[in-house]
Amino acid sequence: MLRKNTTPGKLIIVEGIDGSGKSTQIDLLYKWLQAQGRSVYFSEWNSSQLVKSTTKRAKKNKTFTPTTFSLLQATDFADRWENRILPLLKAGVIVLADRYTFTAFGRDVARGVDRVWVRNLYSFAMQPDIALFFRVPLDVAVKRITSARASLKYYEAGMDLKLSESRIESFHLFQERILNEYDQMVDEFGLTVIDGTLTVQAQQRLMREIVRKELEGWEGLPIPDAPPKTLLKYGIYDEKGGANV
Amino acid sequence: MSNPEFYGAGFPYREFADLPGKLIVLEGSDGVGRSTQTQLLRRWLEDEGFAVSDTGLRRSGLTQKGLDEAKNGHTLSRITMSLFYATDFADRLENQIIPALEAGFIVLSDRYFYSIMARDIVRGVDPKWAHKVYGFALKPDLILYLKADVTDLVSRLIHGRGLNYWEAGMDIHLADNLFDSFINYQSKISMQFSQFAKEYDFVTIDAGRPISEVFSDLQSHIRHLLEDQHPIIDIDL
Repeated sequence: MLRKNTTPGKLIIVEGIDGSGKSTQIDLLYKWLQAQGRSVYFSEWNSSQLVKSTTKRAKKNKTFTPTTFSLLQATDFADRWENRILPLLKAGVIVLADRYTFTAFGRDVARGVDRVWVRNLYSFAMQPDIALFFRVPLDVAVKRITSARASLKYYEAGMDLKLSESRIESFHLFQERILNEYDQMVDEFGLTVIDGTLTVQAQQRLMREIVRKELEGWEGLPIPDAPPKTLLKYGIYDEKGGANV
Repeated sequence: MSNPEFYGAGFPYREFADLPGKLIVLEGSDGVGRSTQTQLLRRWLEDEGFAVSDTGLRRSGLTQKGLDEAKNGHTLSRITMSLFYATDFADRLENQIIPALEAGFIVLSDRYFYSIMARDIVRGVDPKWAHKVYGFALKPDLILYLKADVTDLVSRLIHGRGLNYWEAGMDIHLADNLFDSFINYQSKISMQFSQFAKEYDFVTIDAGRPISEVFSDLQSHIRHLLEDQHPIIDIDL
């Protein structure tokens, strides 16, 4: 259980194994929300500048253990949480996240860390208002990934788990474990399952419908250039965005 | 520690046969004389024929550069800082301390996670959360806590290497100057340690005495721990 979002902002996250199509979907949602004149911020997994050099070194030297991998990614998340996500939620912004705590709960447990321990690490984070899990059969995801890139990286393929000598085989087994963890999290965290085998457009339609419902009657942080609709209605602003005073 | 014990789940993905070495931790505030005592203990134990490995905070090859960079920019928020230090500690534990214990070394650890946790809690991190984060940590065989009055520490530091920004907790704005901030901050840390002393079975050593007295106290506790070990001690040239 994560604590409830008590901020005026909205937190929308996407999850799924590599190749599930979630990044494409959240990117489309991001552009749509911007076009709708909403204050929106996008945060990507493992993108904090703070731990970047450390991650790079550990990956290169292959010195990560499941525990240090888990802790370093939690550090990355904490940095984004404390300095970006939480302050912006407090300001009333819509925060979109490509991967959230559930990625850690899936991957780190697949690597062998304790389920309860990793949930505690992230217990400072809040339950998203919308948490979408893009579910695709393992073979589909693996095929999408392996055909899209020349080679799989060591940790990406879960080679550190020593499941197989072959990167593709290892990737397959690693993703299978993660998928099992995700399936268990659907009930535990109330994830909304989206069928990732539908067309991109069909998935986006479902997603926008869910988001539209969530944002009904909600204002959020106004963008200075775009006058809020209510103010327009009362004639405080003219159509060009200038104040009528 | 033939049967390694952990504060929580430990490292579930790792098999531990036994750890024939011993883990001895020296804890205590900055300026209390930990590193001097660690050096003395090392020399003594090696004389007694033990293989000794010493390790200190923030020496992990994994995170040192990142932590230094972050500290220089003072950009760490409290949970982020707490987790970054936990990463560093885990790296040292898994890649240095445990292998040394497996090889039968006596590991003298200049501080352990208790220091990091004390610092985190003083900065407002939830103690229960922090305690669970360190569920992977190995329980030491012996924790020696060097305790001294804060005024004592000030005098040692001012006549030694001086007060520094982080040791004075200047980042949490307890006072407008280094001296007051140091007193205030170290008193808070000291209160945390007193609580940990009970929770984690610290052996409290009065560090306000001359170096040799403190040393012989430490020796007697360590001798007691090593009673059943058989070093080569009675051969002279």
